[in-house]
Amino acid sequence: MTQPRLSRRQVMKGAAGAAMSVSLAQLIAACGLPGSRDTGWTAGTDWNAWWRDQQKNGSFNFASWPLYIDTDGGKHPSLDKFTKETGIDVTYSPVIQDNASFFSQISPVLQNGQSIGYDLIVISNGWQLTQLMQNKWLIPLDHSRMPNFRKYAGTVATDLAYDPHLTYCAVWQAGVTAIAYDEKQVDGPIDSLDALFDPKYKGKVGMLSDPDELGTAGLLALGINPQTSTYADWQKSADLLTRQRDEGIVRQYYDNSYIKALEDGDLAISQAYSGDVFQAQNSGYPNLKFVIPKQGGVIWRDNMVIPYHAENPVDAIEWINFAYNPEIAALIADWVNYICPVPAAKPIIANQLDDPTVANSPLVFPSEAELSRLKEYPVTETLKTHEQWVGLFDPIIQS
Amino acid sequence: MKSRIGPYLQSAPAMLWLALFFIVPLLAIVSISLMTGNSIDGYTLTWNFSVFPDALDQYSAQLGRSFLYGGISTLLALIAMYPVAYWIAFHGGRRKSIFLFLLLLPFLVSFIIRILTWQFILSDEGIVLGTLKDLGILGENAHILSTPVAVITGLTYDALPWMALPIYVALEKIDRDLVEAAGDLYASGYQQFRRIILPLSAPGIYAGILLVGIANIGDYLSAQILGGPSTTMIGNIIQTQYVQNGDYPVASALSLMLMLALLLCVFVYARVFGTRTIQEYA
Repeated sequence: MTQPRLSRRQVMKGAAGAAMSVSLAQLIAACGLPGSRDTGWTAGTDWNAWWRDQQKNGSFNFASWPLYIDTDGGKHPSLDKFTKETGIDVTYSPVIQDNASFFSQISPVLQNGQSIGYDLIVISNGWQLTQLMQNKWLIPLDHSRMPNFRKYAGTVATDLAYDPHLTYCAVWQAGVTAIAYDEKQVDGPIDSLDALFDPKYKGKVGMLSDPDELGTAGLLALGINPQTSTYADWQKSADLLTRQRDEGIVRQYYDNSYIKALEDGDLAISQAYSGDVFQAQNSGYPNLKFVIPKQGGVIWRDNMVIPYHAENPVDAIEWINFAYNPEIAALIADWVNYICPVPAAKPIIANQLDDPTVANSPLVFPSEAELSRLKEYPVTETLKTHEQWVGLFDPIIQS
Repeated sequence: MKSRIGPYLQSAPAMLWLALFFIVPLLAIVSISLMTGNSIDGYTLTWNFSVFPDALDQYSAQLGRSFLYGGISTLLALIAMYPVAYWIAFHGGRRKSIFLFLLLLPFLVSFIIRILTWQFILSDEGIVLGTLKDLGILGENAHILSTPVAVITGLTYDALPWMALPIYVALEKIDRDLVEAAGDLYASGYQQFRRIILPLSAPGIYAGILLVGIANIGDYLSAQILGGPSTTMIGNIIQTQYVQNGDYPVASALSLMLMLALLLCVFVYARVFGTRTIQEYA
């Protein structure tokens, strides 16, 4: 026992130090954050066989947006009918506030190869949906289980530029981004996007804080078709929108709160979503007008998709089929007032639900001629083009 | 032997806490900030130090604005709440706890709702501006929402109780005999305040400024809900980069720089004001 014994303190220090340096080394050297590449289903998966093996479980989880389904005294008649007819319970969660933050919640889970807990989610066409499709994080739909879709889906739901073969997407509702104005604050009817850039309405103009919406409005105002636009066009749009901001014309870049600012009289004119304005008109603001300007409006679609690893896909797809039943589509459209993907719901709303205002609204059942005036968003298929787009318009919104 | 281990053992839980919930996350943020890559291929550590000057260059306006708004709102909260805390501490009598409760009551309502209420109060035709416009005091086009004034109002409002409470605690502790003695020695009311009460309440002011300043400089909701096209704060940028764009390195770098800047401020503040007053008076 001539060797000096290690004191307890030294041992502890050593152990703590070793533990610390190991975890430090792990953290700093071995580091890296995994990406989404190769985390979805593998190419060549036999989806027909897969669907054959799936069973009905009697319940499913449905994630959607606030105020986006028929509601009556806290209940949802369409979902209740579904449960009554099929025996499938639906847990409906209006948890999606915007595409990007919902995507940032679910992507780490999907990347780990786990179920996100929802069997059906509603996502707008745009960069997040593109990523879900490209990463193979969505389950291809089995159209043999959706006879109502084949029978009743209108062109709004069948003519999808972003999913041409309808592999993943079944449109929940669609809508138009155009302009809304307060009749009391503008001179005469407005029919052009130029009004958004008119110094006359300085400080009374609202623009949307979604970069896709903002940049597309600039393109349309310049007379450029967004769908075929190039990077050079995007730069022109950014220049125009930067000038608009610097001249003090824009009051604020709004999320969905623009509609409240219109109702409060804070705005004279704003970029706007069709359904919001329709609902506002019917709830005491008849002075608000929605107009698709002569340069055209933008059509967007919110899609029901089944995420990969969903635990109850059969129950979820049965609901998709059910939602395309014209009677159910009528219940939903009569309440949410967005563009209904089922044209056959129109006479049901007019006669059975006795609501001709909604049935005859071009914002709920647009004619083919009206639909043809609507444009698609610019295409950002790759990360590089997406970053170019965001890099141009984010600095305008957050200056 | 025992006495030498004792303090370490006693502080072990706190150390473990710090290591787990502060040091490890901090190291993670440092390493993420030095990574390059994208959401598809993943991010790898490339020791990309240029992210700091680049981000600083791109977002210096928002960073500076955060300190400006945070500083002004902290000062306003101090000016507004010192008299309130003073009144409760010295004249609250038996109802002190009721007054303190009333001060806190609005803050049982969700933060978002309170900020949205300001949106309602300050709207162009709302109860404040609408009235002033009807009286002809303000022009038809005057507005407060979407301006720095609205953002600073929101920040100040939210800070009120966090400023008042530490000041109240400091004032409450003051020995009333000292104030009385000063009076006996012919100190005027102003002198009593200036030479006895204010210095003795300094630790509370110090704590209140730290508590409110740090929270307000990093805030993003007030700017998001009440602000306009040129009131973006650094918190908004961090949120957008992280949540909307998935640009983790830039978001981490900005968070780190914000933290370092705050640390620097706290350090300077402690040197200039804090240690002196606290050592002398506390």
